[in-house]
Amino acid sequence: MQQEQKKALVHRLTLTDPAIWTEARYTRHPSQADLFSPFQDAPASFDHFPAGSIIAPPPFSSEQSP
Amino acid sequence: MMRHLNILNYALNSLYRRKFKTFALLAAYSFTIAVIASVLFLTHALKTETNALLASAPDLVVQKMLGGRHDLIPIQHAESINAFLGVQQTTPRYWGYYYDALIKANYTLIGAGSGSQHLDLLEGRLPTKPDECAVGKGVSMLRGAQLGKDLILINNKNMGVLYKVTGVFSSASSMFTNDLVVLTDRAIVEFFDLPQNKATDLAVTIPNKREIQTIAAKIKKKFPDTRPITKNELIKTYDLVFNWRSGMMLTLFSGAIFAFCLLAWDKATGISADEKQEIGILKAIGWSTSDVLLLKFWEGIAISLVSFFAGIIIAYIHVFSFGAPALTPIMKGWSTLFPLFQLQPNINLLHLYTLGFFTVIPYLASTVFPIWKTATTDPESVMRG
Repeated sequence: MQQEQKKALVHRLTLTDPAIWTEARYTRHPSQADLFSPFQDAPASFDHFPAGSIIAPPPFSSEQSP
Repeated sequence: MMRHLNILNYALNSLYRRKFKTFALLAAYSFTIAVIASVLFLTHALKTETNALLASAPDLVVQKMLGGRHDLIPIQHAESINAFLGVQQTTPRYWGYYYDALIKANYTLIGAGSGSQHLDLLEGRLPTKPDECAVGKGVSMLRGAQLGKDLILINNKNMGVLYKVTGVFSSASSMFTNDLVVLTDRAIVEFFDLPQNKATDLAVTIPNKREIQTIAAKIKKKFPDTRPITKNELIKTYDLVFNWRSGMMLTLFSGAIFAFCLLAWDKATGISADEKQEIGILKAIGWSTSDVLLLKFWEGIAISLVSFFAGIIIAYIHVFSFGAPALTPIMKGWSTLFPLFQLQPNINLLHLYTLGFFTVIPYLASTVFPIWKTATTDPESVMRG
């Protein structure tokens, strides 16, 4: 029952990611983030948020390779 | 059968005679099993819950890309996408991030869109006016933004904007709503000073799920600077996060597995003088080599099974009753807002069998094999040391 209520909430608000890691935008929405966000701060910048070491990069299978 | 029961009885008495050592071994073994099982239970439950709930996510999300980065998308694209055969509806989504310097937390601000204002997991209702908002439990608790009270946020023009809280999401939905601040679409556009003809992205509804990939390809062909994200990709993202090959599993697993290997290695490198003497006496009074090995086998099985089941029970209670408080500091990172996990109990039996195989078998081997040499040696020389 509660599962159905949660699904209805996700559907109504068109949510795409759970709110687990809120420290950065690419950890908050890993499925929506582009590949540059973790390294955006400076040239050759590391992904310095701890959750970045937990989250694998998303699969961008719908993108055509260059 | 009676022979086995008698040897088992002797084995349990032997363990009881060395109660302190046995208890210490049980505690360490159970703790290791509990740590590994907690990781397995938590990741499996998170993966199952996320997969189940993301089944209700948009079928397709279309983003505009500029220089490899996410950019705002013209709303006119929605009309073109709606014209594709198989597309039921294309809705602009308005959302963004807000950094609250007061409590050093990041919120996600999202437009409510159109639809029902009432939800079962929402106390109150969604906003209908530009000066109203609904907030997640985490935001409500950190900012004191209860139902009927006000929440002030600083907009893009560095001006404070007051919103009346018309709804607070329940803690049961925290996994998806903990950091949310829901405003009307118009309020989001004004808050972030978005151009009037642009949205953050577009959510596309496609009734026939088999057509999603085809329509995604059509969108990509018509608008080459966009990135369509299918629902399968949303779900696959979290499969990667929570699967064993991901960083999280390996990071949390490695410490526990190393500790267990150390325990098994310590057992396998030799037996104590007391144990040698005991085996010598047993051989002297007529026990055969196979009886001695069976004794050690039953001792190992007793310790392994008791520790295994104790560890599993501790892990189950830790994850599903208390929300895994020992693991959340590791997962939390630098997040100020972190949801309380209220997960449905969901265990993958294959994980349990694998865990049992990789802990019970090595422990049994490390218990029985060192005894082999002593059990086959002349009892007199063993007792003499």
